[in-house]
Amino acid sequence: MKKVIPLLAAFFLLGILLVTGCKQKEEIGALPVKKEIGEPAYGDAIVVGSIGDARNLVPILASDSASADIVGLVFNGLVKYNKDIELVGDLAKSWEVSEDGLVITFFLRKGVRWHDGAPFTSRDVLFTYQKLIDPEVPTPYSGDFERIERLKIPDDYTVRVIYKEPFSPGLSSWGMAIMPQHLLEKEDLSNTKFSRHPIGTGPYRFREWITGDRIILKANEDYFEGRPYIDRYIYRIIPDQATMFLELKSEGIDEAGLTPIQYARQTNTNYFKKNFNKFRYPRFGYTYLGYNLLDPRFTDKRVRQAISYAIDKEEIIDGVLLGLGRIGTGPFPPESWAYNPQVERYPYNPEKAKELLAQAEWIDSDGDGWLDKGGRIFEFTILINQGNEARRKTAEIIQRRLREVGIRAKIRVVEWTAFINEFVDKKRFETIILGWSLARDPDPYDIWHSSKTKEGEFNFISYKNEELDRLLLEGRRTFDRDKRKKIYHRIHEILAEEQPYIFFYVPDALPLVHARFRGIEPAPLGIGYNFIKWYVPKEEQKYTQ
Amino acid sequence: MLRYLTRRLLQMIPLLIGITIISFAVIHLAPGEPTDLVTDLQPKVSAQAAERLRHLYGLDRPLHIQYLDWLKRLVKLDMGRSFLDNRLVSVKILERLPVTITINVLSLLLIIIVALPIGIVSATRQYSLFDKASTVFVFLGFATPTFWFALLLMILFGIKLGWLPISGLRSLSAASFSFGGRLLDMARHLILPVFVSAFGGLAGFSRYMRSNMLEVIHQDYIRTARAKGLSERAVIYKHALRNALLPIVTILGLSVPALIGGSVIFESIFAIPGMGRLFYESVMARDYPVIMGGLVIGAILTLLGNLIADITYAYVDPRIRYK
Repeated sequence: MKKVIPLLAAFFLLGILLVTGCKQKEEIGALPVKKEIGEPAYGDAIVVGSIGDARNLVPILASDSASADIVGLVFNGLVKYNKDIELVGDLAKSWEVSEDGLVITFFLRKGVRWHDGAPFTSRDVLFTYQKLIDPEVPTPYSGDFERIERLKIPDDYTVRVIYKEPFSPGLSSWGMAIMPQHLLEKEDLSNTKFSRHPIGTGPYRFREWITGDRIILKANEDYFEGRPYIDRYIYRIIPDQATMFLELKSEGIDEAGLTPIQYARQTNTNYFKKNFNKFRYPRFGYTYLGYNLLDPRFTDKRVRQAISYAIDKEEIIDGVLLGLGRIGTGPFPPESWAYNPQVERYPYNPEKAKELLAQAEWIDSDGDGWLDKGGRIFEFTILINQGNEARRKTAEIIQRRLREVGIRAKIRVVEWTAFINEFVDKKRFETIILGWSLARDPDPYDIWHSSKTKEGEFNFISYKNEELDRLLLEGRRTFDRDKRKKIYHRIHEILAEEQPYIFFYVPDALPLVHARFRGIEPAPLGIGYNFIKWYVPKEEQKYTQ
Repeated sequence: MLRYLTRRLLQMIPLLIGITIISFAVIHLAPGEPTDLVTDLQPKVSAQAAERLRHLYGLDRPLHIQYLDWLKRLVKLDMGRSFLDNRLVSVKILERLPVTITINVLSLLLIIIVALPIGIVSATRQYSLFDKASTVFVFLGFATPTFWFALLLMILFGIKLGWLPISGLRSLSAASFSFGGRLLDMARHLILPVFVSAFGGLAGFSRYMRSNMLEVIHQDYIRTARAKGLSERAVIYKHALRNALLPIVTILGLSVPALIGGSVIFESIFAIPGMGRLFYESVMARDYPVIMGGLVIGAILTLLGNLIADITYAYVDPRIRYK
């Protein structure tokens, strides 16, 4: 009751950014080789620290990152991404896309069993689809599935999805976890025991959930890709970053995501070097500053470009992320195949910024140090949400750089729900700093298409560009990877040229895993993709039971 | 007495309704809605989906209708379901109560055991070295930020010495322990949280005790007792203490609602799933049913606590009588 300091708000919001389940590549620096490899052996447990508890383990209702972590181990989709971020079969053995792109046919694996022993069939896929588009089910994932005209199951192991029009992101949307029809058919999904006792087809079986404390999973010995080596997966909820760090120090937890400062400084001790392995790979997402393009000052492309030149992105990455991130150049992260490496990058150049602003008639006519036009000085507010340190620091750094070119920026901090509801949705902002976490399929239609500017939709900066609109539509109608790549490269180019956002950075994911775990192979997708192949050599196993 | 009790209880009803109306209005006035969190900022979540959620939760209806619906259910002791995970609000609160109450009761006991003697000795030896030192000590406890102190203790006892677990309520292998083993395990986990939460509360009780005691010591009947030639011990512990304890009883009565209220700060630091975190998380997520459930229980307990305090007052102090 007493002493409620708003400290915790930080962790709450960090959760949105931090644990988005994006797992990717590259061990940075020369990490010393930890002991010899050791023989793969079954057994032991991994204790994973999470700042938030899961909410709902019904896959199509799970929208927070903690629930997604658990759902990802207990369930499977029809398809999944392999370590190089390419779609491969999961519950589906293979698939075919018809010539006209309207029909996707999935051929399912045979012999897969639910954790309760019942066989997995195409009826489960049909059931999951029906629930996804059922207006009575409060799922946030209905969007991609509403483009389906019909779903047919000619036999137990074939699923035929017929789309209303060709929709290439549809294929990856079938990474959605499939739910068991035989258990949920008669249940109300919003009110079912299943949400706390899920039964799936995945590598781990659900065992126990102590609310706010821990979730325990047990290896599924009959998993269709082979029994996982690690016997138990224990998900511990530790809402405080500092406590999480102390738990790592006392070996109370084996895996956690680090903050940049923990990664760069606090874990550089002999203790951590000896007992843990650190990993680093770019997240699938970016942080940006968006302009409200209904504001006449920002409709001039030169002004937006000038502001990009006035800002030093390197400095932001060094200052905010301690160098643990990459410069953003457009709407795709560098690991994505849609990423175009050849776009305009806007290196720090205040002279060029001033020149462009002067071209747009923003000059300091009265010599007070601030640019003005028609008697009004160039002044705007940067809106950020409370509790997100990285965004606040970014705003402060920008504020200083803008002052140097004569633009006065003010910073306003607003609590998250109010921020979204009252300011973003209603377009009541001048500029805004936010981040997107992205799906692996690059289709950015919802963020950039000019039809997506209604209240609550995602083109809240009101960007409109006819060429881009056309390309966005074309991109989601094309299945051929090479053709799509060309389209997205052009989209990247347009957005880099136009600068409707300043694309600041793509932050890195910074997981830390105890050194007794072997078999971790960092890849573009991250480290979690081959979790079932991680193991602890017999003599180093810690938790027996 | 019985009539007085009935009257007080009946008076609580309109008061309670008033409280719920105001709370209901205030939390709905706060900008933002529960659907914001579900739909987050994932571009794959469509605006139509968010609209559908609003409809399913009944958030698209006028506020007074929403309130009346809520009240109707409350009368049937149904506090509704959480927007976040669709579990019954009563279940969510009940599963968190035991640990919160345990910690609060233990810490209250610890406070009484430590603070009352400090207060008594400080009063009887006013301005002595002990008085001054204990004053500094209890105010230090009052002023120390919980999270900072907790982290220091965790580093000392959890990492440097390795005597106590850092956070949580039970060890990973607790399930395989015997009943006694589990109890011991839980006790080890509770030492730091109870100590930290008690440390901050020492100041209040010891200062109350000290000032009550000082007041009583200067009363005429204490002088009389001394004049009778009673030993100092008998004077202080038999005559003065009993009278000085009266106001403490009242404060205890008023502490009743605090027993179910957790502190977000230390529950988060120690990773304990208690009421503080539940309430805080539901406010941040605008999970109206849980917020209202928490507020109603808090309001009822506050009113009951007041009533209990008033009644005990009459019971321990013969000068007070209610009609």
